Parts: sequence; C-alpha cells; structure tokens
Amino acid sequence: MSKSTNSKRRHVAVLLLVATGMFGFAFALVPLYEIFCEITGINGRTSGEAVSAAPMAEVSDREVTIQFAAQVNRGMPWEFRPTENQMRVRLGEVNRTEYYARNRASGRVTGQAVPSVAPSAAAPYLHKVECFCFTQQHLQADADIDMPVLFYVDPELPEDIGTLSLSYTMFRVPETEVVVSEPVTDSHADHEGHYQP
Amino acid sequence: MIAHADTIPKQRHPLIAFLLRWLLTTNHKEIGTLYLCLAFLLFFIGGAMAMVVRLELFQPGLQFTQPDFYNQMVTLHGLIMVFGAVMPAFVGLANWLVPLMIGAPDMALPRLNNFSFWILPFAFILLLSSMFMEGGAPNFGWTFYAPLSTTYGPPSTDYFILGVHLMGVSSVLGAINVMVTILNMRAPGMTLFRMPLFVWTWLITAFLLIMAMPVLAGAVTMMLTDRHFGTSFFEASGGGDPVLFQHVFWFFGHPEVYIMILPGFGIASQIIPTFARKKLFGYHSMVIATIAIALLSFIVWGHHMFAAGMPLAAELFFMYATMLIAVPTGVKVFNWVATMWRGSMTFETPMLFAVGFVIMFTIGGFSGLMLALVPADFQYHDTFFVVAHFHYVLYPGAIFGTMAAVYYWLPKWSGRMYDERLGKIHFWTATIAVNLTFFPMHFSGLAGMPRRIVDYSIAFADFNMLSSIGAGLLGLTQILFLYIVVKALTSGEKVTDAQVWEGAEGLEWTLPSPAPLHSFETPPVIEPDDAHAAADRA
Repeated sequence: MSKSTNSKRRHVAVLLLVATGMFGFAFALVPLYEIFCEITGINGRTSGEAVSAAPMAEVSDREVTIQFAAQVNRGMPWEFRPTENQMRVRLGEVNRTEYYARNRASGRVTGQAVPSVAPSAAAPYLHKVECFCFTQQHLQADADIDMPVLFYVDPELPEDIGTLSLSYTMFRVPETEVVVSEPVTDSHADHEGHYQP
Repeated sequence: MIAHADTIPKQRHPLIAFLLRWLLTTNHKEIGTLYLCLAFLLFFIGGAMAMVVRLELFQPGLQFTQPDFYNQMVTLHGLIMVFGAVMPAFVGLANWLVPLMIGAPDMALPRLNNFSFWILPFAFILLLSSMFMEGGAPNFGWTFYAPLSTTYGPPSTDYFILGVHLMGVSSVLGAINVMVTILNMRAPGMTLFRMPLFVWTWLITAFLLIMAMPVLAGAVTMMLTDRHFGTSFFEASGGGDPVLFQHVFWFFGHPEVYIMILPGFGIASQIIPTFARKKLFGYHSMVIATIAIALLSFIVWGHHMFAAGMPLAAELFFMYATMLIAVPTGVKVFNWVATMWRGSMTFETPMLFAVGFVIMFTIGGFSGLMLALVPADFQYHDTFFVVAHFHYVLYPGAIFGTMAAVYYWLPKWSGRMYDERLGKIHFWTATIAVNLTFFPMHFSGLAGMPRRIVDYSIAFADFNMLSSIGAGLLGLTQILFLYIVVKALTSGEKVTDAQVWEGAEGLEWTLPSPAPLHSFETPPVIEPDDAHAAADRA
C-alpha cells in the first residue's frame, strides 16, 4: 500500500512539474519567437543598422520595383506618407526617397518609425544607408518634415522576387522615452526638414 | 479530514444534508454525475446562444441583435461549448468509467477530484456574469486574438481571463488525477495493453491536457499583464507582436482539438465491438494511432495561421505535418469499419450514434484535409467552410460520442433502460438536423461568406435559411434527449442483467446494474479471456 502511495506521489509530483514547465514554456515562446524571426529574417524585420554607402563595385542591370507604404500606429496624431508610391531601381544602386510627416497635435510629439519589408524573404537584401527610422523624430505642433531614406537592393536578391514593398509604421514615443539631446524641429519648418542623421 | 458523505450526521435538515453530500462527495461516480450534469446544463446555455446566432442569420440584414451582441453570442457559444460542455462531459465520463474499466475502487486522488469539479461552476459564473456587465461580455471570438482582446477588449475581459485560469486549473488537476489513477490503480493483471480503448484514449488525452492547458494559462496571463501591468507581449508599439499571440494560442489550440475528440474515439471503440459482436479490429494499431495523433498535434499549430503571414518553408512544413495526421486517423476509421465487417450487427441507439460518429466525423476529417492545403486555405480561411468543418468534427464527433456513451452506459449507471424507440427517433432527427445545419455552410463558405459577421450578402440567403431551420430542429432534439434521460431515470424499465448488452465485454459489465456506489474494493481478478482489452491476444 505504501509503495503504491509513494508511486502516486511521485507521479503527481512529476505531472505537476510538467504542467508548471509548460506554463513556463508559454513565456519561453516569447524570446524563442524573437530569435526565430531574427535568424530567419521572417516577419519582414530589416536590420536596424545603417550600412556604408555604395559598397557595391558594380550595379546590376536587373531592375526591381520597390513600393513604399506608411501607416501611423494607434494614438499617433501624425500625418505620415511616402512622397512617391513606387520606383524602379537597379540592384546595387543607391536610391533616395522621402517620407512626409506632419504633426497634427497641439503639442510636441516624438515619433519612431519601424520598417517592415514584404515579401519577408526580401528583407535581408534591402540595405538602408540612411534612414529616419534610425532615430526618433521630434515635431512641434503643426510642424512638418520630409525625411529621407537612402537604400539599395542587394544584387544577391533571389531571382523570383520582382517587387518589394517597404512599409513604415510610425509609433508615438512616450514622453518618458524621448531622447532629448537632439535638436527639436521648429514649428512650420521649411520643407527641406531638419533631418538629423 | 473532510467529512466523508457517509459520516455526515443524520439529524441535519434534509436539504442541507443533500447539498453537503454533493458538495463534499469524493466518490468517483457521484463526481462523474456532477460533471455530466454541469456539462449538460452548459450545453443548453451554449446551445441557446447558438440559437440566437442562427436566428439572426436566418435572413440577411439585422433582425434581432446588434452586431456587438451578436459577437458576444458567437464568442460565448464557442467558449462554453469547448470548455463547459465537451471537456467536462468527457471528464465526467472518465470519472464514471475509468475506475470501473480498470478495476479500481475509486480515482487515485478523490479529494482533488472533488476540488477540480467544484472550481468549474465558479469559473462559468465568472464567465457568464460578464454578459450583465457594462460594456458587455467578451466579443472577440473564442480564440481571443490580440489586440481584439487586449487593447480593444471590453472591461469584462478580465473576468474571462480569470474564468479561463480556473477552467485550466480544473482541467490540469482532473487530468493529473486520471493519469495517476490509470498508472497506479489498475487491478492485478490489467496490463497497459489490456486496458479498454476508452482508458487508453483518456490516458493520452490527460497527457495532452497537462501539456496544453498551461500554455493557454500563459497566454491569458500575458494578456492580463498587457492589459493592466504595462507589458507589451502582444503590443507592437512596445516591441511586442500580435502574431506571437496566435502562435501561443494555437500551440494550445491544436492539442485542444484532439482533447475534444480522442475520448470520443475511445467511446466508439468500446461501442462498435459490442454491437458488431466481434473483438475490436487492430487494438494495438488503435493505441499507436492515438499516440501518433497526440504527438503530431503539437507540431501542426501553424495551419491555423497560414493567412497570418508565414515563410513558405513553414507553410509547407505545417501543411505536410497536418496531412500526416490523416494517416493515423485513417487507421482508426479503417479499424472501426473492419470491426463491423461481417459482424452480427444490431443497431441499438448507442450503436447508431457510434456509426453516425464514424461516418460524419470522417466528413469533417476530409474538409480538414482541404483546409490543410496552403493554397486552398487562403480561399477558405475565415469563411463558413471552416465553421462547417469544425462543427462536423465536434458535433457528430464529440457530442455524438458523448450521447452514444450516455445511452450505452446509462443502464449500468442507473439500473434503468432508456426508451429504445425514442432513442432511435432522437438519433435520426439529430442526424438530419446536424446535416441540415452544417452541410450548407460548406457551400456558403466556399462561395465566400465570412464567419463571425452579423450580416451577409443576399447571395447566401438560401443556405443560411436552411442552416437556421436545421439548427432549430437540432435545438429541439436536445430537449428530446433530456426527456429520454429523465424518463429513463424515473420510470425506465429496470435492468437486472449485469452485462446489459449481449456483446458487451469489460470489467464494468461484471458489476450489478446499477453499479453500487462502492465497487471493486477488492480488486477483480483479470483472466486473459475476461478482459475486453485482450482483444489483441491472437
């Protein structure tokens, strides 16, 4: 009888441990998911790092279409859009486009853009030489700004991809997380913008 | 020490004594009955919500409900049927049958058993009370995808979260109890491979519950902290990802699908041999197929998310893994058919439900195969085709399985026989109603009717009217079922035979009918020839 009781206790202990472990596993999925996305480049996550300009010795003859998209996250009072919807680019060639943003709130608002590339298989091949998404953007009430992106598409881009889209989501940065060392754009800034690299 | 039911002083008021008896009982048969009664009550509540949904969809346009209330009904119907009807009904059957089938005097942990049951009424009071709160009940679908449930969920979402936590605790404790009982309490001679198939399927179901329910608890915990404690697990603006929610949810969600069907497989595997008067064909392959289905269920969750964005390699992996499940499932269907082949079959009500289970579950399995195909899934995703698919596996699967079990074992439980004529009427009306309700949904879904939306294009009007008529009939058959059970319990013909059914084999049929409150206090002796599960001997 006591042997059987011990066996029951051991089973209960092991099974409770498994249940607790699986509860922990649910939380372990969070970093696992991050790492998985980072390694495979899925989820359209592009590198947050700038690359040096024009490292390509040669520009390929192959052309692809790149489409630009923009959206603002919930609670972000900015108007935010690309200045051109799409362009044809040659692989390896550094191109420039601009995004336009205007603060429609009555006070200063800081934004942070997060890029995403579709199809996700193309994400590792889109290199940004310069991007407004590398830093926070500050806009005073009713101020607007044109923000440049300098990029090139890696000539190693898989053959079956003919069109890429680069999409930015503009998030509002909470006041507590604003990096204040950067100069603040004045109200009604000129359309060249005070882009801070 | 908790007072045992027998030791409660006799001089208490009869009502108090009655309540205490059921509140404090540690007897597996009484707790099994409690589970079944709760499941049946919640089945009616969830069914009433389905009636509201079908009433609204009877015609296009808004007739009876506002969109938000419609969404609440869809959400609560799903949650209550999954967590309140199907799962407690199966736990109730496990409580009643597992100790009887393995020759154990009771469950291994009787007080824990009592605790797991009595958590449940409180869990569902929490969930259902949300209907009467400001902002209404949860309205984001039973899958509660973020951000619908985090950022945009009504305030009552927190009650839902607490309710799900309690259901999860109850299920995990119940599963631990079943598993410990099966592993430790088998009568001498009852080896694992002599256990009846119902016990095997429940052992594997318990394993799935212990692995999957804590992940659900993790998901709702993350939701709770996202809602109130400033975390950003699923909030993109804080560096989180709403798609992560879908991964966590479906990691639980797909095993959950098999939690809701494996005990049904076990029931069919008990009933079909009885009425075919043959041993179950391929006992070992049945066990191995069940284990294979359980293991595969942990690597196929991505097929719920093809349209959510996924790399091609992952889509292919999830597609092939999903289609692989058709192999062990096919083995099972083959074995059931082979058991019936050249059997001396009779079609009493339990057998009708079991055969209906095999046929209609297979239809649901085939539409599942269609959904597993990535290119096709993009067309079917989030349409009524999906609704048709999972109702075909859940209604003729889980619900028909449970009803077959109730008809089959009710004479053993109560010592009284149900009305066979009414039982047959119940089966045929339910079968017609199920097909009338859910078959047209295949067509409206393939034609593009989205699910979870209160209104629809007039192009789908005819299909929806048929579905609603079928649903009304299906609702009525439940009342017939209730009447049949009550009639059997109060005025049914007394059963004197221990075996009840001519071809029934297994330890539970060696006990007198009705089964005494305390059974197998001295373990039965298992002769190899006696054990039903020795079907494989040769």
